[in-house]
Amino acid sequence: MTILERYAAMDYGPAPESRAEADAWLAGRDLARTLFVDGAWRAGRAGRRFAVEEPASGRPLAEIAEADADDVADAVAAARKALPRWRAASGYRRARILYAIGRAMQRHARLFAVLESIDNGKPIRESRDIDVPLAVRHFIHHAGWAQEMARAFPGHGPVGVVGQIIPWNFPLLMLAWKIAPALAAGCTVVLKPAEYTPLTAILFAEICARAGVPKGVVNIVQGGAETGSAMVAHPGVDKIAFTGSSEVGRMIRRATAGSGKALSLELGGKSPFVVFDDADLDSAVEGLVDGIWFNQGQVCCAGSRLLVQENVAETLLARVRARMGRLRLGDPLDKNTDIGPLVAAVQLARVRDLVAEGARQGAECWQPAVDLPAAGHYHLPTLVTGVAPANVLMQEEVFGPVLAATTFRTTEEAVALANNTRYGLAASVWSETVGRALHVAPQLKAGVVWINGTNLFDAACGFGGYRESGFGREGGREGLREYLAPAGPARRRAYAPIAMPEATGEPDAAIDRTPKLFVGGRQVRPDATYVRAVADARGRLAGEAGIGNRKDIRNAVAAARKSAWPSATAYNRSQVLYYFAENLAVRADEFAARIARLTGAGARAARAEVDAAVERLFACGSLADKVEGRVHQPPMRAVTLALNEPVGVVGLVAPDAAPLLGLVAMLGPALAMGNAVVAVPSWRYPLVATDLYQVIETSDLPAGAVNIVTGPADALARVLARHDDVDGLWCVADAKTCRAVELESAGNLKRVWTGNGRAVDWHAEDADAAAFAARAIEVKNVWVPYGD
Amino acid sequence: MTGKQHSPAAGGGASVHPLPKASGTAAEPPAARNPGLPFDAGWLEAARHVNRSALERRVDTLGKRRSVKNEHQAAWLLRALAVMDLTTLSSDDTPGRVRRLCAKARNPLRADIVEGLGLGDAVIRPAAVCVYHPFVATAAAELAGTGIHVAAVSTAFPHGLAPLATRLAEIRASVADGADEIDVVIPRGLVLEGRWQALYDEIAAFREACGAAHLKVILGTGDLATLSNVTRAALAAMMAGADFVKTSTGKESVNATLPVGLAMLRAIRAYHEATGQRIGFKPAGGISTARAALDWLILMREELGRRWLEPDLLRFGASSLLTDIERQLEHHLTGRYSAAHRHAMA
Repeated sequence: MTILERYAAMDYGPAPESRAEADAWLAGRDLARTLFVDGAWRAGRAGRRFAVEEPASGRPLAEIAEADADDVADAVAAARKALPRWRAASGYRRARILYAIGRAMQRHARLFAVLESIDNGKPIRESRDIDVPLAVRHFIHHAGWAQEMARAFPGHGPVGVVGQIIPWNFPLLMLAWKIAPALAAGCTVVLKPAEYTPLTAILFAEICARAGVPKGVVNIVQGGAETGSAMVAHPGVDKIAFTGSSEVGRMIRRATAGSGKALSLELGGKSPFVVFDDADLDSAVEGLVDGIWFNQGQVCCAGSRLLVQENVAETLLARVRARMGRLRLGDPLDKNTDIGPLVAAVQLARVRDLVAEGARQGAECWQPAVDLPAAGHYHLPTLVTGVAPANVLMQEEVFGPVLAATTFRTTEEAVALANNTRYGLAASVWSETVGRALHVAPQLKAGVVWINGTNLFDAACGFGGYRESGFGREGGREGLREYLAPAGPARRRAYAPIAMPEATGEPDAAIDRTPKLFVGGRQVRPDATYVRAVADARGRLAGEAGIGNRKDIRNAVAAARKSAWPSATAYNRSQVLYYFAENLAVRADEFAARIARLTGAGARAARAEVDAAVERLFACGSLADKVEGRVHQPPMRAVTLALNEPVGVVGLVAPDAAPLLGLVAMLGPALAMGNAVVAVPSWRYPLVATDLYQVIETSDLPAGAVNIVTGPADALARVLARHDDVDGLWCVADAKTCRAVELESAGNLKRVWTGNGRAVDWHAEDADAAAFAARAIEVKNVWVPYGD
Repeated sequence: MTGKQHSPAAGGGASVHPLPKASGTAAEPPAARNPGLPFDAGWLEAARHVNRSALERRVDTLGKRRSVKNEHQAAWLLRALAVMDLTTLSSDDTPGRVRRLCAKARNPLRADIVEGLGLGDAVIRPAAVCVYHPFVATAAAELAGTGIHVAAVSTAFPHGLAPLATRLAEIRASVADGADEIDVVIPRGLVLEGRWQALYDEIAAFREACGAAHLKVILGTGDLATLSNVTRAALAAMMAGADFVKTSTGKESVNATLPVGLAMLRAIRAYHEATGQRIGFKPAGGISTARAALDWLILMREELGRRWLEPDLLRFGASSLLTDIERQLEHHLTGRYSAAHRHAMA
């Protein structure tokens, strides 16, 4: 082709990034020895290897050493051995090492980028301009946290040895998100990359060795599901951090139930991309390109559901189609490629199947007439219209370049459609009206909301999901918290339910009393109208408490869901909690007498418990308007508002010991942060709780804010755990119940905190009002780019 | 809320200017002249939603999403040359200076470069020479028979603050002297005051005065404060019959920037969507390097498509750009880095 012909055509032509350095790097490695354990490279004990292919060509790329359970055990042992010295190292020392890692990654930035694109298939533009710089930023940011930690998180230390499992869609970036905060906190890590994409982790480990990371602090084990399972099951691991599918997340939740392992899960999404009629529509179209056609749509927070206001829908969709026609599919190493291949043949098959199924269910699937490379796992960008909310393409995470579009009429309907999903990872809102955008953002059930933007990330801004998109955050203060634990709490004694003696004799009240359940602001009889005779400490009949069952829990959860409490202002919540404390204080003598008689506590001890409960409510009143969000200033012209939002409907299972304080110490912080509560009080001493609802009734709490269901706590705890409209569950009970609660919570991946089968010291730092307030919130990061 | 809803359908709608018969070849008919539309305040109101931050992100990444290398780059640089309005707009311009510029326009590339690129008999040279009114006659004489257009900046360039009658007379005088393209400036105060109807009326009068000469409307974007203003000013100019919208005079403190260009291109696209009419775009001021010219070409290619890379729809207002393009073309041929003094000056 002559220059004149090119002058006429004005095509871009090929602009390939050289792969010579990456190929030389691969050729220079003994890939049979690519497990990095205790600072040394080695083969798997069983000598197994697995094949890695190049998605752009389908050709084999490497055979990598595979770790089995024994190798994982070696890695965990190395991490455990390295832990004491690493956690004891000064923050400054850890900061220097993290800084050195970040700088070394920057020096090898192009090699990382090319390797990543070869291994994963993502366009070089993305690996070079997004993945690698963000990974570097993560290390340099967390170098600062390492040094700052002692001041920022007094009384906390590293959680210990951390097992980390990362996905194939952002191999290096997810590695950085996992390893940087762990090392900053003083944890040692065993990390397993995805088996499709093992390469950049190997280069990273080489850099660690040169950057002065002590042996055993970072261990990289390669392999698939079996390797991951071994890590999850290993008793020497204190925490599992996982990013991947919701299905595997559930398995991990179940597998770690009752183990005492801390857990953070960053899972799937079906994120809404909401375009209002006052949006900059052309910019919204580009937002979609960066939302759903970024990384071939293989992004957990991809804006895969387009919700557009009816009066601009036709215009927007026409522009989306036109824009799709200019997307270029091709070699990931070509600088002009917008969309590369999917990572593997099975992923391509999965995406094709989902699109076919969506079409079968009535969706119209449109694809532009653009060139499709002959080899490799390519999928055309796809726009799906005419989809009902029930269509599989509106419901399921496709993890491919497929956008499902529907319309809405009003802001209210937009919010309802946006939230009509099991997931809650991210959302985009496009509107040029700041009042509208900031009105919508807090209503969206999503951990990240981008206003007039999409897929913006920064190490200082937390990322993570609501609902079944997982729990825990990565990045920011809230992300670092996931790697911390209260420093050296005394080992507490096992939780022991208090025996329930047979009640004898007659009640001594002048007039007969009927303790009831408290649901939706009303005293109600239990569904089954059965009661249990409650004995006092000496075995005399103290009253008859209702035996709540699963239907009572169901009713209580429904009442909590309807409660107006979450929309009360913080100042209002604060005043109500103070008033609650005031009203309890007025009846302190009565409660002390009740506790003394029921539990056999001395008068002074009983009075002390009541006083402590009053004081705790007072503390919660003060926290209500002080546990506030933050403003981040990421390295772009934007502010990120880290808003503290209530978890939602929170179930509480209170212990027998300290029946008033134990209940109030969980109830108060949950209310302070705006949660609606379903409380299951001590089943040995339910009459304390049934007295308490009278105080609640006089304290201006709106209906449904607090619901109390008395009954067998172990059984009701399981009902709460299995209820998919319960967002959070705190449980102080025996080990068996705690384990069951964690196991059953996998259904909707609710946020669970348990006492791990141990008693709780309500005066310890990890059980004070602030500690529970931290468990009672979700941090939502709202990105607001600006400019005139 | 879209242009479509506020505007007549393509082809058959109202127009405010009489149109000559189109006279293009079948293969690539030149863009038809813009008949304009009646003033549409509702459309301007709906078009005010421009998100600067999003536009900046778009242009920041564009140069990283697209790349032209080697032979393709040489071809694209020739394209940049072909859409150039070779310009001199200095207070000390003289007929001699303008004659020198015209000579460079006639022979923009050294013979060895033309030969090395294999251009043969193909003539690739700037689309126009752009001068102040006093030099229009000189330029017209120098360029007669070359096909290179003569553009005159007009209407009290660069501020546009002379009486309207004076400005209209200036247009007519330049057309009479042989200019077939008129680059007018708008009084930026009309935009800042939100007097869109007045702006429309003035531009429509400019268009009237131009007659057969093509009208390029300089928005002076560096003075317009917001991208929303830029977008609305561009739309008002197109409604009033502009054949081209142009960013800057080169005299504002901020010249043609990519975000401003993007806002204008999107307005052009909206106008095309609504009316079927293609309007040209001329970034001007500060485009002095081959690299910058490539960025603009990529922006055009991506936002408006291949058709907008022809001289009837794209111009670069530039003076020193040509020398840099020539140097880069020599580098393409020899692999050596050239020096400015090795190329004939304008």
